[in-house]
Amino acid sequence: MKINPKKNYEKTKKEIGYISRKKASQKTYDKIGFMSGLEVHQQLLTKHKLFCHCPAGVFNKNNEYDAELIRHMRPTLSELGEYDGTALMEFKTRKNIIYRINNKNTCTYEIDDTPPFPIDKEALQIALEISLLCKLNIVGEVHITRKQYLDGSIPAGFQRTAILGVEGEIPLKNKKIRLIQLSIEEDSCREISDIGHTRIYKTDRLGMPLIETVTYPDMVNPDEVMEAADYIRFLNRSTGKVRTGSGAGREDVNVSCKGGTRVEIKGVSHNKWIPELTHNEAFRQWALLSIKEKLNKITSEKKWKLNFEYLDYDMFKITYPPLKTARDKNYKLIAINLPHFNGILSHFTQPGKVFLDEISDRLKVIACLEKPNILSTEDFKPIINKKDLEIIKPILNSNENDAQLIIWGPKEDIPTAIEVIEERCKMAFNGVPPETRKSLADGTTIFERVLPGADRMYPDTDSAPIPLENNYIDNLNKNLPVEIITRFNQLKKWNIPQDSYKYILSKNLVPLIEKIVKNLKIDSRFIGTFLGHKLKFIEGHYVSQSKFDYNIIYKMFEFIVNEKLNINIAESMLPIIYEHPKMQFLSVLDIINYRKRNIQQITAPVNFLKEKYREIGKKQTPEAESNWIMGELRKQAIGNINLKELKNKIQNS
Amino acid sequence: MNSDIFQGYKGKALEILKKYNTRVWGQAEIETSRGTFKGTILPRAENDDDKHIVVKIITGYNIGIDVDTIKKMKETGYKKAKYAIPEQEFPTTPNLPNVKLFGTGGTIASRLDYRTGAVIPAFSPGELYGAVPELADICNLTTEKVFAVFSENMGPDQYIALAKAIGKEIENGIDGIVIGHGTDTLHHTAAALTFMVQNSPVPIVLVGSQRSSDRPSSDAALNLMHSMFAAGHSDIAEVMVCMFGPTSDDYGLLHKGTRVRKMHSSYRSTFRTIGDSPLARVNRKQIIPIKQNYNHRRKDNKVDILPYFNKKVGMLYFWPGMSSDALDSFIDNGYEGVIIVGTGLGHVNKGLYPALERAKEKGIHIYMTLQTLWGYVHMFVYDTGRDLMAKGVIPLGNMLPEVAWVKLSWVLGQTKDPKKVKEMMLTPINDEITEREPYNGYLVYQGGVPEVEEFIKKVRK
Ligand SMILES: [Zn+2]
Repeated sequence: MKINPKKNYEKTKKEIGYISRKKASQKTYDKIGFMSGLEVHQQLLTKHKLFCHCPAGVFNKNNEYDAELIRHMRPTLSELGEYDGTALMEFKTRKNIIYRINNKNTCTYEIDDTPPFPIDKEALQIALEISLLCKLNIVGEVHITRKQYLDGSIPAGFQRTAILGVEGEIPLKNKKIRLIQLSIEEDSCREISDIGHTRIYKTDRLGMPLIETVTYPDMVNPDEVMEAADYIRFLNRSTGKVRTGSGAGREDVNVSCKGGTRVEIKGVSHNKWIPELTHNEAFRQWALLSIKEKLNKITSEKKWKLNFEYLDYDMFKITYPPLKTARDKNYKLIAINLPHFNGILSHFTQPGKVFLDEISDRLKVIACLEKPNILSTEDFKPIINKKDLEIIKPILNSNENDAQLIIWGPKEDIPTAIEVIEERCKMAFNGVPPETRKSLADGTTIFERVLPGADRMYPDTDSAPIPLENNYIDNLNKNLPVEIITRFNQLKKWNIPQDSYKYILSKNLVPLIEKIVKNLKIDSRFIGTFLGHKLKFIEGHYVSQSKFDYNIIYKMFEFIVNEKLNINIAESMLPIIYEHPKMQFLSVLDIINYRKRNIQQITAPVNFLKEKYREIGKKQTPEAESNWIMGELRKQAIGNINLKELKNKIQNS
Repeated sequence: MNSDIFQGYKGKALEILKKYNTRVWGQAEIETSRGTFKGTILPRAENDDDKHIVVKIITGYNIGIDVDTIKKMKETGYKKAKYAIPEQEFPTTPNLPNVKLFGTGGTIASRLDYRTGAVIPAFSPGELYGAVPELADICNLTTEKVFAVFSENMGPDQYIALAKAIGKEIENGIDGIVIGHGTDTLHHTAAALTFMVQNSPVPIVLVGSQRSSDRPSSDAALNLMHSMFAAGHSDIAEVMVCMFGPTSDDYGLLHKGTRVRKMHSSYRSTFRTIGDSPLARVNRKQIIPIKQNYNHRRKDNKVDILPYFNKKVGMLYFWPGMSSDALDSFIDNGYEGVIIVGTGLGHVNKGLYPALERAKEKGIHIYMTLQTLWGYVHMFVYDTGRDLMAKGVIPLGNMLPEVAWVKLSWVLGQTKDPKKVKEMMLTPINDEITEREPYNGYLVYQGGVPEVEEFIKKVRK
């Protein structure tokens, strides 16, 4: 039974009912049982790291380091006495984990050569404020827990983390989302590279205070997930005490479909990516469930077994460059037969991806075989030609319903590689394996690692519990910022255009608007639009010479009011002030060539200009005439009079 | 019974648990003024306060609940966690050496102890094989728990018990001995065993770990592998300490028991040979000798066990301005020997002279070692030194202070004759005093120096 892989992909895509997100509706998501929850990570704006006295937020480039060290991570028992099974498998592949250390941001604590110092009080307080804003039940005593990570992203092999509150909620437009918990934790290393058996990290970000807000899986469509992510992000930022900028806020998104499994999409740094990612993940699971059904109709997991044979390179005429390299490196070449997998390998999983990718991704991560690492009988563009396939099949004793793979790699990695393939194929009989996946910009995901079990928590024997007294919590409660939902309503009441909300909330500008409206008596809609449109545009197109603090905007308006300038000058001043936050406002006026003029001075040349227009104007209508004159006088008017008033004057003179 | 049901709880917290009929390991729903919490009640560490109850919530995290906020509590279930390292029988492989592991406590392989919140050792060959299966490729292992004490509680009685146990194993024809030990006083024990177990035909390797094996980055597994490899396969039949060379997971160093010292409170590479270079480097496949002269492995089962120790020996760390009363208290309390740790080349100030004279009259054995750790005592250079010698203080060359304390205790356990004591103290058994210090003996990096920075970046991993 010959299949055409490309056609099979299209056919199976249609079969499972995949449609693009644009075409999808709530009905679509109800049908596949879309379910999603969030783990929102947010760095806190503190001077120091969480458990040592290194400065937080001091970063270094990949090759700026003072020392390197090597660790291997070994799976250990959890507090409840169990090993994490798949952790053992990853251990077998033995990654050399190298840390690059820069003295300016890393001490002996981060690399686990010094026990933790007491938790940073500033971080704890910010995290508690946010916990209170999330309406969580605050714990009576904070217990530092060790959460194991075997990927090496933390040199100790575990992250110190602690729960501050449980069972809270946030309001969305149409519903409430329940929160499971909020924890404070230390941030992990940043990966520099991961090739073969060597993974390199840098430790600048390691140990920075981070909070994680975890929701229940209450979101039932991709847009809701993004709405919740935005809400939590705005809430965090409303304190003004969290870090912003790339990587300061990241979400792990848990997704499942009906009959599927919780899969965690890790480290999504842009909320706007969330809808596409969750949409595709739910359908990936839906596709895997379809594969499960097909396979179980033919055979069972228990009976299923792959077989493989070592091949000689000289059996083929090798033209594929990766295979040439493999031959030169003396890699082993192996053919594998997957019984009954004909049509499965090219089965749709995600847009542009098939089941074969699931195998290939795991070979890279677990068996350390760099991509491309696999060829199959169902490649879209056949690389093994038909004649060669005819050689392999008898060697493997293949039936016509089987699929075949060819892999290559260093001798010592082959046993793990075969184990990985066998394991992934067997998992197909059960549907969706629990895993963490890495997000890609195109909205698809790839395997990152096996989802760790719950058995990886361990009390931190190096830290004493921290009691949280009632009066401490009560005091924090009294000084909380206004709730995000209240701010939404406030923006509405101020009559600020809706398209500005996101920007204003994400930059935490409501307090600024409030202050300007209250103290300077400037129209709220004007300020809201000014910030939501003008400031946003300038931020995206100009570069500040030094740190631009939004409070400068208050000072600018105060200056405008005190100098009795017309408020329309703000628009001309802002780009200059944004670029040069330290410049005096009077100098800014010079740069934009402002001269103080009264309305008589400004309108003096009107009659002259009208005559001029009669000579040169193309379109002799009163409207065209006054527009042209406005253009000539605009510069002089800005900062002095209202432009509408000027136009009236022109038209009436 | 109480202690089992309410493990670690006391005072108010215990009252509350009793009041609401809730046990440790009970699943509970707790209503408080801060909201409702659900989870499993965990034992409480003995030294923590009596105002909080520890709960493991469903997500695996632990939290504490202030008992003053509790309004109501209900036990809804019970599930005791069983904590065991999976035991698998340690396989026996012909042609591999037989190694005996003596356990003394410490964190070489361990699990959590709820009572103290600290870790307790896991130990049987089966447990060790479960945790570090690679050991089976190195040797055939048997274990014996000699006692279980924390490193700081190791002392003379333990040294003697260990020495005797080692003697018995050697007589029975073991190929190598490993001793698992807490790291704080590992070097004291190493020195003691060097003196008590002489002419061993097999390696005797002391090992510990700076990071307990409950963490993935622990040095315990690698230290175990290195030490068992050294015990089973090395030709060096001496008492040695085997611990990380660099802080990276790379290789271990074998240090002579008389020249090794713990030099950092928390680093993995805390043990250093002082005033000399280590014996060898070791990884899981080979021993790379550094020193050419050492005692070689023998085929016989002969060994000299000399289990002597006098507990009335003290150490006095000199401080400027010290007066006689410091030493007087040793004299008044019946001490028979004192190791002074002096400044510079081996000095103390004049304030101490009267006490020194008194000690001499009383026949107390006084020896001089150095705060500098590196270098030799040299008491002829200044008058002070000559004064001190006249008052009976005997310089101990480059013997490390802790080693000197161990040795004087061991010697005074055998003889009190000043001449004999002096002769024994000054005759090295295994390089506790060396005749010469090699040029690479003294090595303390100075960060910031360009060459050192270059070295750290490129070489030291
Ligand atoms: Zn630090």
